[in-house]
Amino acid sequence: MTDDIVLETRGLTKHYGGVHALNDANFTLKKGEHVAIMGDNGAGKSTFVRQITGVEQRTRGDIMFYGEPVHFNGPLDAREAGIETVFQTLALADDLDVPDNLFLGREKTRFNWLGPFRLLDYKAMRQATMDGLEKTAVKIPNIRNTIRNMSGGQRQCVAIARTATFHSRLTIMDEPTAALGVQETAQVENIIRTLKEQGEPLILVSHNMRQVFDLVDRIVVFRRGRICANLAKEDTDGQDVVAYITGAKTQEGYEDAA
Amino acid sequence: MADATQGTGGLTFDTKKRAWPNELNIFFALILIIFAFEAAGQLLPYMNGQSFLFDTRDRFDTIFNEARLRIIILQVAIIGIIALGVTQVIISGGIDLSSGPLVGATAMIVMSFAQTELVNGGPNPKAVFGPWAFDLPVIIPLLVGLSFGALIGAINGTLIAYTKIPPFIATLGMFLICRGIAQAWTRGQPVSFPTESYALIGKGMMPVYLFFALAILFHFILKHTVYGKHTYAIGSNEDAARMSGINVQRHKVLVYMIASMLAAFAAIVLSSKNLTAQSGMGIFYELYAIAMAVIGGVSLTGGRGSIIGTVLGAMVFGVIQSGFTYIKLDAFYQLMAMGAIIIGAVVLDKVRQERAALRS
Repeated sequence: MTDDIVLETRGLTKHYGGVHALNDANFTLKKGEHVAIMGDNGAGKSTFVRQITGVEQRTRGDIMFYGEPVHFNGPLDAREAGIETVFQTLALADDLDVPDNLFLGREKTRFNWLGPFRLLDYKAMRQATMDGLEKTAVKIPNIRNTIRNMSGGQRQCVAIARTATFHSRLTIMDEPTAALGVQETAQVENIIRTLKEQGEPLILVSHNMRQVFDLVDRIVVFRRGRICANLAKEDTDGQDVVAYITGAKTQEGYEDAA
Repeated sequence: MADATQGTGGLTFDTKKRAWPNELNIFFALILIIFAFEAAGQLLPYMNGQSFLFDTRDRFDTIFNEARLRIIILQVAIIGIIALGVTQVIISGGIDLSSGPLVGATAMIVMSFAQTELVNGGPNPKAVFGPWAFDLPVIIPLLVGLSFGALIGAINGTLIAYTKIPPFIATLGMFLICRGIAQAWTRGQPVSFPTESYALIGKGMMPVYLFFALAILFHFILKHTVYGKHTYAIGSNEDAARMSGINVQRHKVLVYMIASMLAAFAAIVLSSKNLTAQSGMGIFYELYAIAMAVIGGVSLTGGRGSIIGTVLGAMVFGVIQSGFTYIKLDAFYQLMAMGAIIIGAVVLDKVRQERAALRS
């Protein structure tokens, strides 16, 4: 049974001094599953993501990744383990082009004995970039363009294409379309569907009800630092989810959150 | 577009399709400035038709006025070496004001290890240390100088990376400290009479060769190594660099170390060329080096610029300096004109960037 679980957290807790940002979060994600995390501002969604991706260190609790307990000291650790995150603020360098950004911090290199002066293998990185973009069906006119000269949608696509390029084992997106226009949002959503078809597991943090119902299998609702509902998409609707988000309803088994 | 690799959905990668390089603009500006001075020479009544660029009086067997070209290039070579380091610091999003005084301090220290025992048959009148420091192999002063540069750079970098004080303040403090070291070293006395082998480092056109060799080396390093890529990444978006797992703090220390080592090397070349070291050496060099980089298109906000740009910027700097002298502009006005040109270069760059942003 544990074989098909990608990520499991048990009693995941984060306190900032006296502020209990996240309390006893028990969460599971199965292989090939797309799960949405919803909740009001300050409900603990981003805190939850930051504990999993190693950006912050948890106060308490366990994180199991493919059955293995993990403890990431930083975002790079999580990334090396195969957790790829598209952050709310884009982690892209404006003056670099697409391959440079995809491989930032983990460049393909030659002559590694040269330490910090080891040589970049541009050709291999370009090829891997092309393959990754093809896999996600991301359309970028010219990958040698710097990020500065790209539209918001293209930038977000580049950030997402990282996941495909590195054969990640779990993708987390934190509000990937919050700053995008209609067309660009559609573009990003198409990529998410492509990931679904390819069986890539995904956690999507989003405020957009339509988007969530379009894309994911399951919705987990956070409220005041606790999980208050775990809903299969078929068994719920928008109003129902809003009731959970606002605190009008609490699912059985999550009475702590009330 | 036969060279374009076609991917799905119109995805293309075309090696030939590249943005117009900013370096070409600077190159054209350089040519333009040269001809402007040439025209001034022909048109200004008091110039009597002297040529800026060409050898009109057949003093040499050449078309160009070689002596002037040599002087221009020799003038900027030593500050140019500093500018190579400053370029990297600015690309990484920082600034280094300490390079000028570092030249003074390093020159004083290095020269003390490069002195010869006998001057015109008598003992060296400027000896700093005892007899043990005379006639040391040339490698000793070289190592002392580069180590001192590395130390100062490491202090700059550590302050900036770990205590998070602004680079402007950290290097401004180091500016005063280094000038103080230069003055305290011999209480203002010059240090002179180097060994013959030390005197070879900056002899004749050596500064120019060293400048170009270092420029080629660092151009390659910035464009083709992980160090270079991370330098651009940090200057472009420090948070992104950190989130990508780059050790930003360690990298910054390395950048400042390299910059200060280049400034120290410039001090070695300069003191060797002049055969003496004085505590006042390198005054304004930090500003000239920054000016060369900025004229060469290095963006003070970080992330953009290149070694080629800075080399061209150094050329522009040298041509303007030489040109002002050529049209007999008073030295007092030269500084003012220079300042105006630097401001103009930054304004032009800003306008160009904004236009580029509008187009996309």
